[in-house]
Amino acid sequence: MTLGRVIEILEAEVVVDAIDREMEIRSICSSDLMSDLLHFSSRPKSILITGLNNTQAIRTAEIADIKGIVFVLDKRPDKETVRMAREKGIPLMVTRLSRFTACGRLYAAGLGSCTGEDR
Amino acid sequence: MTRRNIEGSFHLSGGDFTNAGAASSELKSILTNLGINPEIVRRAAIATFEAEMNVIIHAVAGVMYYLITQDTIKVVLNDMGPGIPDIDRAMTEGYSTAPDWIREMGWGAGMGLPNMKKNSDRFKLDSVVGEGTTVEIIIRIKEGKTE
Amino acid sequence: MNVQEIVDALSLEVKTAKGDLSRTVTGCYISDLLSDVMANAKEGEIWITLQTHPNVVAVASLKNLGGIIVTNRRSPEAETLQKAENEGVVIAVSPLSTFEVGGMLYKMLRC
Repeated sequence: MTLGRVIEILEAEVVVDAIDREMEIRSICSSDLMSDLLHFSSRPKSILITGLNNTQAIRTAEIADIKGIVFVLDKRPDKETVRMAREKGIPLMVTRLSRFTACGRLYAAGLGSCTGEDR
Repeated sequence: MTRRNIEGSFHLSGGDFTNAGAASSELKSILTNLGINPEIVRRAAIATFEAEMNVIIHAVAGVMYYLITQDTIKVVLNDMGPGIPDIDRAMTEGYSTAPDWIREMGWGAGMGLPNMKKNSDRFKLDSVVGEGTTVEIIIRIKEGKTE
Repeated sequence: MNVQEIVDALSLEVKTAKGDLSRTVTGCYISDLLSDVMANAKEGEIWITLQTHPNVVAVASLKNLGGIIVTNRRSPEAETLQKAENEGVVIAVSPLSTFEVGGMLYKMLRC
């Protein structure tokens, strides 16, 4: 699935447009705990869905090679977070959906978990 | 292709969440620019980042030292912190002494030390309660060789 | 839909409050931040999280949530389980990730 399609499904607004919308997304990580992402996010081409809208999420994405971040429940990142994402070239999106609905829609669309095998 | 050893260090300030992760991020760029296999870089970055966060969360200050040779990446973190009274327990997944506000920042899930160990080829932890903790992470760049 | 039906459909392992599985679940909330759950979760929702700290029980109890599903094979601390048992809060665990458990539950709750 392309990143552009993920954005459509989540009705997301793009906040940091470091984006190639044709980029292929293979899996989803959804967590608010950074060590969990660092532990389990072993699959490439993942997007993070989280309620943690701070700089820690950006650092973790950078370190774990996560390709983009979607903040749920319209949680807007602050200036520092946006600045860091721009600097690191990590796309940021915001959706009004809850983590449950966001995960539910992407799961229904056929994406797998970054922790597991392809579905 | 040979290259000379590369070494350096970063100072870490406890409680400085604005710059938390900056040292690991820079080390990751250095390793990437050296053309090291991305999967090895990723493991080194994860182990180092967890160790750096531990210093930021628990200690007053610390130093992260790195040495990159032909065959290995070695990172040593030395902190002035509370020390770890029970290392076996601290190594258990899910066990954490971090306060609630740290958890609300996305940390303190009790996965830090297990993550460091998981991503290292050799991992050493020494701690003295009331003095500090030293973490040594070694990751092999090339298969079949030792440091 | 009640907790028992969710447990069966997702093959969860129930750890606490096995007598309270008939409770109706009205929805689901996913979060690993306790303050977020306090602010946004609604009564009767089942809560999917990675947190295993004893404070999750207090939050679930205060918000009158339908139960807690702990994901990624994490096992709650003994103190958490004891507290949940005492307060009649269902804790069930799954080896799957939050994304997978949430995804499956989304399908069930919408049908």
